[in-house]
Amino acid sequence: MNRIIEKRKLSETVFWMRVDAPLIAQERKAGQFIILQVDDYFGERIPLTIADADSTNGTITLIFQAVGATTIRLSEMDVGEEIAALVGPLGTPTHIEKFGTVVCVGGGIGVAPLYPIAQALKAAGNKLIVIMGARNAELLILEEEMRAIADELIICTDDGSAGRKGLVTAPLKELCELSEKPDLAVAIGPPIMMKFCAETTRPYDVHTLVSLNTIMIDGTGMCGGCRVTVGGETKFVCVDGPEFDGHLVDFENMMNRLNSYKKQEQDHVCRLTNKIEEGAK
Amino acid sequence: MSYRPPQELADEAIELVSKIEKPLSPRDRLAIPVQEMPTQDPAVRRTNMDEVALGYTLEEARLEAERCLQCKTAPCVAGCPVGIDIPGFIKAIAEEDNKRAIDIIKQSSLLPAVCGRVCPQETQCQAPCTVGKSLKSVDKAVSIGRLERYVADWERDVHGMQPLSTKPDTGKKVGIIGTGPAGLTVAVDVRREGHQVVLFEAFHKPGGVMVYGIPEFRLPKAIVQKEIDALVEMGCELRANYVVGRTRKIPDLLKEDGFDALFIASGAGLPRFMNLEGENLVGVYSANEYLTRSNLMRAYDRARSATPISESKKVAVFGGGNVAMDAARTAVRLGASEVHLIYRRTEVEMPARVEEVAHAKEEGVIFHLLQNPKRILGDAQQHVTHIECLRYELGEPDDSGRRRPIEIKGSEFEMEVDTVIVAIGNNSNPLIRQTTPGLETNQWGNIVVDENGKTSIDRIYAGGDIVLGAATVILAMGEGRKAAAAINTMLAQ
Repeated sequence: MNRIIEKRKLSETVFWMRVDAPLIAQERKAGQFIILQVDDYFGERIPLTIADADSTNGTITLIFQAVGATTIRLSEMDVGEEIAALVGPLGTPTHIEKFGTVVCVGGGIGVAPLYPIAQALKAAGNKLIVIMGARNAELLILEEEMRAIADELIICTDDGSAGRKGLVTAPLKELCELSEKPDLAVAIGPPIMMKFCAETTRPYDVHTLVSLNTIMIDGTGMCGGCRVTVGGETKFVCVDGPEFDGHLVDFENMMNRLNSYKKQEQDHVCRLTNKIEEGAK
Repeated sequence: MSYRPPQELADEAIELVSKIEKPLSPRDRLAIPVQEMPTQDPAVRRTNMDEVALGYTLEEARLEAERCLQCKTAPCVAGCPVGIDIPGFIKAIAEEDNKRAIDIIKQSSLLPAVCGRVCPQETQCQAPCTVGKSLKSVDKAVSIGRLERYVADWERDVHGMQPLSTKPDTGKKVGIIGTGPAGLTVAVDVRREGHQVVLFEAFHKPGGVMVYGIPEFRLPKAIVQKEIDALVEMGCELRANYVVGRTRKIPDLLKEDGFDALFIASGAGLPRFMNLEGENLVGVYSANEYLTRSNLMRAYDRARSATPISESKKVAVFGGGNVAMDAARTAVRLGASEVHLIYRRTEVEMPARVEEVAHAKEEGVIFHLLQNPKRILGDAQQHVTHIECLRYELGEPDDSGRRRPIEIKGSEFEMEVDTVIVAIGNNSNPLIRQTTPGLETNQWGNIVVDENGKTSIDRIYAGGDIVLGAATVILAMGEGRKAAAAINTMLAQ
């Protein structure tokens, strides 16, 4: 169960893995995620988006950045090893229909969850414009995959090493200013990017979906740790989301809640890295 | 009541047992003092997660069993949701026949080690006890729960648990959704009849609320694991990390995966919040989240667990039920210097067990009665810094028969805290309801069942908190047994 079938390194810290998970591969829909543990005794449960799935082979694709205790350990696992616990697909699938023109904005690792949504929107007959952003060319992921499905692909990097130099909000604003503005925007990436994408589209009244990646434990509505404020109401990202109207999300609160355990997590990663270094000696 | 060390209690029991002269008259029996449950010293247990109650010694159990008057009418049995032959098993203990005692219990209850620990006996079997009535205090009733625990522990630790026998394979397959008390009960009863049983668990560890909710210091996880092991030994299959409604939907299990019947026991897992200002600040938890982090994810073991939990100094817990007590007592053990429990009625109306309230107080939890939070305040980073509360007084009785708390206008005051735990109950989890067309639920989202536990869909049964709303282990088990009997009857046809 949950055997790693294939593994690639997409950049210094970003990894791509194909994992054996036939039931999840069969049931999952765009926008859904899984929760995994690399150790089901002392390990933490973390949510990761399903970047792709192959129901024939029974595999799902995970793309993740090795930044925390669990993702670092996951990145060190090899093909053939099994992930201790993997549960899903969780969350409400993306509502897919023919809207007309859809602009999908992905920042950094956020391109991974964006990809299946873009795929599904394209398959539903939408005109698909994709904006991808990263700090530099090296950190861009899934560029070829996106190019293959997008009617138009715009790449932005902070340092100009690929595509346009600057933030994803600049081309997004230009698209909103066109006489035929987009019918829908989907923005997935770091919270701050999603917040500014929502602020960019707000004056143009372009409906904007964002996909939130909050702290979670069970992922089935049981703990409420993932709760966010949306339009003044409390919502659970794991069951009511992960997608919400970006114009209604209280990003300030969400970002503060994401930092709940910053100190403890840093300590833990430090301990982990020290242990690895000691082990290497 | 001051703390008495286990050794002192044990020595006293040895002396008293030696003085017993049979036959005992009812008057003699009433004269035997209630055997106190030996516990860890409060000062010590505040710093560890080990079980608080240590269990009776042989002599203590003997003495407590001798207190039973063996009433012909057995009012205690009527008070037990699963109708255990209570005088019968107590008599067996008095006669030092523990094997007979556990066999009697197991005719009716499948989880005695659990129920002996977490059942609210003072409102069930012990409430109508003649001994308690004669001595004019329910606290002086025969300690039925402690005796149940005593023989269950004896079986597990001394005698060894016997695997239950199963009838030959029927070729029928039953799926059980959820591995809490209701699910485990149905698994046993259905498997005994020779049907194949598959248990689905959403978490990575089975046991439901007994594992994620009730803390180690009240119900050791090893005890629950023994029950699970026994099921697996009987041939039940366990599929963890499987969320019915997401990983697979109910109609698919019936139509494509070959299940002949399903039992839904997914629990009441959807925490209620109070819609207070500041409820989404950093440092505000549902009790479910706080307890799951500490129990299931082992965040209490800060050195080894990857799951963090707040390093709180001053904690406020909202609520007055067992879950609120569990959360408050967990916060004490996680190192908080002050734990405040805030409840808007008085101690009389508290839904928590008397024993849990007493233990919480012994461990230093500070009770604030007739008070209720009004809002939660935070700093620039949205971390909790204060709560604002209101004082209440009791008015006329409400629908529940409890006197309604009425706020005292202008009585607002602030309390400095860095963590808030909301423990005001759970609603039913909507996942299965939303993904099972035709499944009838009531206005609270609980699944509607008939007297046999059958839902509005043929071959689908339900029980436990998803039907009852948040209730107790024993009620979940009672529901489960009823439904299991109905499932067995249906499959035999």
